[in-house]
Amino acid sequence: MSDVARTTEVAAADSPASVKPAAPRARRGLWSASRPMIDRYKWYEVAALYVGLFFFLFFVLSPFIEGFLVSLKPLAQLFSRPYSFIPKTWSFDAYFTMWQSVPALGMHIFNSFFISTVVTLIVVVIVVPAAYAFARFNFAGAGFLLGAFLAVNMFSGAVLLIPLFRLMRTLGLLNTYWAMIVPGAAFLIPSSVWLLRTYLMRIPRELDEAAWVDGASRLYTLRRVILPLAMPGIVVVAIMTFIGAYAQQFIFALTFNSKTEFMPLPVGLFAFFGKQEVIWNELMAASFVGILPVMIVIIFLQRYLVAGLTAGAVKQ
Amino acid sequence: MTSTRSATLFAFALLAPALIYILTIVAYPLVDTIVLSFTNASLRQDYDFVGWANYQRIFGAGNFTEVIIRTFIWTFFSVSTKMVIGMLGAVLLNAAIPGQALFRILTMPPWIVPMAIGIYMWAWMYNGQFGMISGLLENFGITNGPIAWLAYGNTAFWATIVTDVWIGVPMVTIYFLAAMQSIPRDLHEAAWTDGAGRFYRFRRITVPLMVPAIITMSLLSLIATFNSFDIIWILTQGGPSGSTTTMIIDTYKTAIGSRKYGEGAARAVVISLFVTAFCIVYFRAVRKLQQGEAK
Repeated sequence: MSDVARTTEVAAADSPASVKPAAPRARRGLWSASRPMIDRYKWYEVAALYVGLFFFLFFVLSPFIEGFLVSLKPLAQLFSRPYSFIPKTWSFDAYFTMWQSVPALGMHIFNSFFISTVVTLIVVVIVVPAAYAFARFNFAGAGFLLGAFLAVNMFSGAVLLIPLFRLMRTLGLLNTYWAMIVPGAAFLIPSSVWLLRTYLMRIPRELDEAAWVDGASRLYTLRRVILPLAMPGIVVVAIMTFIGAYAQQFIFALTFNSKTEFMPLPVGLFAFFGKQEVIWNELMAASFVGILPVMIVIIFLQRYLVAGLTAGAVKQ
Repeated sequence: MTSTRSATLFAFALLAPALIYILTIVAYPLVDTIVLSFTNASLRQDYDFVGWANYQRIFGAGNFTEVIIRTFIWTFFSVSTKMVIGMLGAVLLNAAIPGQALFRILTMPPWIVPMAIGIYMWAWMYNGQFGMISGLLENFGITNGPIAWLAYGNTAFWATIVTDVWIGVPMVTIYFLAAMQSIPRDLHEAAWTDGAGRFYRFRRITVPLMVPAIITMSLLSLIATFNSFDIIWILTQGGPSGSTTTMIIDTYKTAIGSRKYGEGAARAVVISLFVTAFCIVYFRAVRKLQQGEAK
């Protein structure tokens, strides 16, 4: 999947209020009387649900489990048969030796984080006014432009690679951070415009009009009335953009940059495949260490994400 | 206050940064692709216009039609599997059973982790001698010897599909789950009061009301899958002997690999035409769905 896929989070986020926290219901016992009758399951239904969930989550998570176990197996054991899922001897060596195999690993981890952060900043600065314009003003061509923005989503960076390469070369951006940041942001703007526009449309128009009657300028209204109310929505857009930018760092980084010191994590680790023999345990160890900081941040922000989607000023 | 001239000016002022950015980084390259597709551009600075020569060459060579058909088969199986598993996952995650909140969070990682990193893990799982899939199948006695999934055209084709499904499923699931939860509970309760069972309610209430969500997601997923690059490039680079070469991979190889910018651009234009066709279908569908809602 490319950029487009991840942008469908817009659609997913369109109906965010519906993702109700189900915790209170789940906390009651399965068969307790306080549980609504309609939610009561027979024992075999519960069993079937858990078996189904087991297979579903096994499919989703097995690469991570296997990857983690691989990072704990010594290379000799990894390349031995018969296969054993659980390591016979546990070893954390890969987590130490990987720093020699990929000297720039720390740099790659930082680059991934840095590129996504700058992309997010650019997108938010550009998207907030644009989304406001689409949400509030019925200017001529608004519908067409909005559609055009959505269409941009459909073209992946891979199709436009050749002219983008030429453009980056002309602008002198090849082999810099910007070669990855500039195109990366472009393909994340449209979906963010759509997402934030939906959010802004839920803020009552009367607020703008009241500010207008009180003599506030349009820009002042945007800055002082709308922005504070839209903050939860902007945070959601920022998080979605960050995830998008973080998850897709590959093709631009692979094509527009050849300097090791600017490579983000995915491309930095791609170098493992160029060697005679792929050192899998180190590759997996480096992957896990590399994504850990951002995973923690995202898990931490996930609550804020749900809160931002369901609560806030928009509900009035 | 919304229809005055100053309001329009203000709106365009607000839009200007986004417009300029998109025009420079997306619209201009798109036009440039079309122009380049009529030239013999390569690594050299100067190039000549060659008319339709690039198009004649790629369609004359024969294997391009094959690549197009392969892309469609690949996309079809990937998208339809994503929809089925996504729907199943949404049903499972929607059931009010203990652990629900945790299961929902556990669904997300493939979506949040950098795609390439997830693919590296799959590359190992597919490893023929020592990988997990081959190993487990052998340990359970299902297969006799190791299978190098990525070494044969047939298995590599399906292996790349499975990985693409894996990356797409979390988002489809969560999207379907949200759609499922937006179905008014009263409907289910009314049917339940009348004695309708779970499966009957799923068939007669849930599925019909989710049709818009299913259509939207299928089309978005179709376009995304059609453009998929990372998975195939990392796992097989389009091989073995071209059996996983989709249109995107083909274009990348021609343009970036062989530095034939003109011919690569012509291939990219063909992709763009398909994507445009998908877009039109998508917009039509969205409009129809909105009209349906209005009724």
